Amino acid sequence: MESARKPLSVFKNLSAKIASVPMILTALVVFVGGTAWTVLHSFTGSRLLPKLKFVGFDQYERLWSTRRWLVSIENLAIYGVCSLILTLSIGFFLAALLDRKIRGEAVFRTIFLYPFALSFVVTGLAWQWILNPDFGIQNTVRSLGWQSFTFDPLNNPDIVIFGILIAGLWQGTGLIMVIMLAGLRGIDEDIWKATRVDGIPTWKTYIRVIIPMMRPVFITALVLIASGIIKLYDLVVAQTNGGPGIASEVPAKYVINYMFRAQNLGQGFAASTMMLVSVIIILVPWAYLEFGGKKRD
Amino acid sequence: MLYGTLLVVSLYYLLPLYVMVVTSLKGMPEIRLGNIFSPPVEVTLEPWVKAWAEACTGINCDGLSRGFWNSVQILIPSVILSIAVASVNGYALANWKFRGSELFFTILIIGAFIPYQTMLYPLVIILREIGLMGKLGGLVLVHTVFGMPILTLLFRNYFAAIPEELFKAARIDGAGFWGIYFRIMLPMSLPIFVVAIILQVTGIWNDFLFGVIYTKPDTYPMTVQLNNIVNSVQGIKEYNVNMAATLLTGLVPLIIYFVSGKLFVRGIAAGAVKG
Amino acid sequence: MKAIRKTLIATSTLCAATSVAAADLEVTHWWTSGGEAAAVSELAKAFDDTEHNWVDGAIAGSGGTARPIIISRILGGDPMGATQLNHGRQAEELIEAGLLTDLTELAEQEGWRDIVNPPSLLDACTYEGRIYCAPVNIHSAQWLWLSHSAYEQAGLDVPANWAEFVTAAPKLEEAGIVPLAMGQQGWQQNLAFGTLQIAIAGVDAWRKVLVDKDAEVAAGPEYAKVFQAAADARELARSSNVQDWNLATNMVITGKAGGQIMGDWAQGEFQIAGQVAGTDYTCLPGLGVNEILDTGGDAFYFPVIEDDDIKAAQLELASLIVSPKVQVAFNLKKGSLPVRGDIDLSTANDCMQKGLQILAKGNVLPSGDMNLSADTQTQIEDLMAEFWTSDMSAADAQERYASIVASAD
Repeated sequence: MESARKPLSVFKNLSAKIASVPMILTALVVFVGGTAWTVLHSFTGSRLLPKLKFVGFDQYERLWSTRRWLVSIENLAIYGVCSLILTLSIGFFLAALLDRKIRGEAVFRTIFLYPFALSFVVTGLAWQWILNPDFGIQNTVRSLGWQSFTFDPLNNPDIVIFGILIAGLWQGTGLIMVIMLAGLRGIDEDIWKATRVDGIPTWKTYIRVIIPMMRPVFITALVLIASGIIKLYDLVVAQTNGGPGIASEVPAKYVINYMFRAQNLGQGFAASTMMLVSVIIILVPWAYLEFGGKKRD
Repeated sequence: MLYGTLLVVSLYYLLPLYVMVVTSLKGMPEIRLGNIFSPPVEVTLEPWVKAWAEACTGINCDGLSRGFWNSVQILIPSVILSIAVASVNGYALANWKFRGSELFFTILIIGAFIPYQTMLYPLVIILREIGLMGKLGGLVLVHTVFGMPILTLLFRNYFAAIPEELFKAARIDGAGFWGIYFRIMLPMSLPIFVVAIILQVTGIWNDFLFGVIYTKPDTYPMTVQLNNIVNSVQGIKEYNVNMAATLLTGLVPLIIYFVSGKLFVRGIAAGAVKG
Repeated sequence: MKAIRKTLIATSTLCAATSVAAADLEVTHWWTSGGEAAAVSELAKAFDDTEHNWVDGAIAGSGGTARPIIISRILGGDPMGATQLNHGRQAEELIEAGLLTDLTELAEQEGWRDIVNPPSLLDACTYEGRIYCAPVNIHSAQWLWLSHSAYEQAGLDVPANWAEFVTAAPKLEEAGIVPLAMGQQGWQQNLAFGTLQIAIAGVDAWRKVLVDKDAEVAAGPEYAKVFQAAADARELARSSNVQDWNLATNMVITGKAGGQIMGDWAQGEFQIAGQVAGTDYTCLPGLGVNEILDTGGDAFYFPVIEDDDIKAAQLELASLIVSPKVQVAFNLKKGSLPVRGDIDLSTANDCMQKGLQILAKGNVLPSGDMNLSADTQTQIEDLMAEFWTSDMSAADAQERYASIVASAD
């Protein structure tokens, strides 16, 4: 990709190093330092204030025997997989529609994108209301005469996570759509012409030709979606606050509740360490391939 | 068929906005009666007035107006600094790689996955040690740090896509790191700066957690008032005022989106597409 | 950290209020609803009448939102002048770290020991013999609120205790009324459970479990009854699908539900709806079984700040909070009970009077905040949240509860 430029700049680029000091400091002091601090304190019995009173793996033992944590992980897994697949496919689908040279593209694009300007708190509140059985969708459909209609995801422990997913998709798909659209615009007209000449159906062209060409776009989209999934917190708090019961709890919420509400920093840090470890396990091999492993070409 | 699909999908996206707007124009008795989708029988602007100028935050009853300028004062330096730093990062990473630069970048990307709240205590300690706790500078710094991963990624991709010949020619002319950045890269980078500005304005404007920790009551951002209006646990929930307050708070990023939509797509096209 | 702590401790020794210069005092709290804000402004007004100035730092969303902010500010060495916290064990570590102002001198001067009733309130502010907070009000959780119109619709008399309430439930259901309104949040479910504990297991068993952390009693037959009662209550609340407590209260107000177990702050909702205690609704302290209340509540803490003017202002505020004038004005607005027994609250309504009488008789218990660490409370809340919204059997819940008690600190 951009690697060809490298040999030129390897020598005497002191200015570049000086200019990168803020980045290096952020990476080392805040991200690495803060993480190391967190991991270290996850082995302590810290309560309200961080203290180095070590308790070994106690916090982790407790974490993994806590029902709420297990429910949180399960929810994140369901939400994560669904959100990843649906955001990517809806985003791509909408972008493909907009890319068909339609009229009013700007209007539709704005409609799909505007939710991204609103915070998760706002998103959660709005959808909480729309999904409220007493005056939202359910009530409206029933008042139209379909009395047995039931659509009450936020009060049903089995499907509540999908109620959150509806709101999450609403907020997040627009940005991905724009990214996909940008990617589609970057594809050469000639490729379309060539496939048309060969008589390949449109859908096949997308799957066989276009999507493989858009690999970098999908990767940027993936980073954005995945980082959002891990951090899922505000939306849940605003929409269900983890309820009904503990049915819509997520890991970030567990971490924050235990750090600040339960005043058990050690437990919160143990949970956030587990989150971090899973991120690293997934990310590092990929990041290596993506950013570090192309010195060969 | 094409337009039909688009229209149906648009409905899903517009529904919440419609509900918020309609609700914010109703009086409380009308809301209690009913259907959230029905248009207001009697349009009233009172919830908007109340949200902007009268809603109470604790004992101060001057609504969101109180926090608006505070938010602007936080927003401007935070957006400028975070973008300045991230663009230089991206430039260095794309054009002036040095030993370890990719490693730092990888760490940054992993940093994008860390929930902010878990970094709260380490950050408090860092800010305390450098004497920026409770100061605007501290808040600006925090926004710069957390904006860095994604912004750096976008800038890096963008600068990498600028034709190499330009860069080489400038080098031959004897231009250095900063010379090339200011004279060649910056003038070509409007679209990606627009993207960065949009992302940062949205993120910083909507931020509640850092805004409230690193400021004082006199300088609380608007989101603190929004939180106070929306999250009051006791008493009757004034849904119309909540919705008006929500819309008012979201107005700044919304306007930016509506105004700069086209540049946004162009910028994304440049920043995200070429990996 | 250590160096800072040292200097803080060195300077935290009370400076007598030598200077009288006016100071701005930033006060953090999470009282943002109508009644609460009205109560706070009484306090702020009284404080502004001194030479000092109240800077309001309200943050809505109860302790969950406000607490990280408060703790971060104190920990970051940039604290507010005063802050609300539930008194109890929450502040212990801040006191240990020398971050909170010692109020003992002021308290002795004004004789808080003699005026604060029940004395357990002041005990909750005391750490190793020193006093660190000023209690401002008392809230109790053990109330059953009953809707007269719901029982009229079903053609029944309003129950006088929990047993009658349970017996009447099927008739209510026949009339299409939810017997028990319950917001689906852990703390509400835990509150209901705690109330059932005192009513059904009795005070002795309650003390053994919550004060002495006796896991055997928690696993024993008295508590088996409590869990059975909770499982029954769960069935009564099956069709209650609201989240917020005040929406659940609203079900009682509108007669959609027969009753709700909720703290005394619920009466603020009845008042706003224009309902009158005794004619529109009935309140039964201790579920009408054991007329005993716990005495939780709010208190103000004063972080150590290096400024003589602010120190003087802090002490002034602490003194005002406990003063009779503020106690009356504040608590009438808030609907909570005053922290001293020597003042006249004859204007309070029926339910508040019931509470005052129980308080005067000394039928009080320390609150959960004082007995259990926030950690243990959260674990119990999580268990309750799960129990009330699933089909977990009473026996399973009891077993898990006992194991939490066994590891409680």
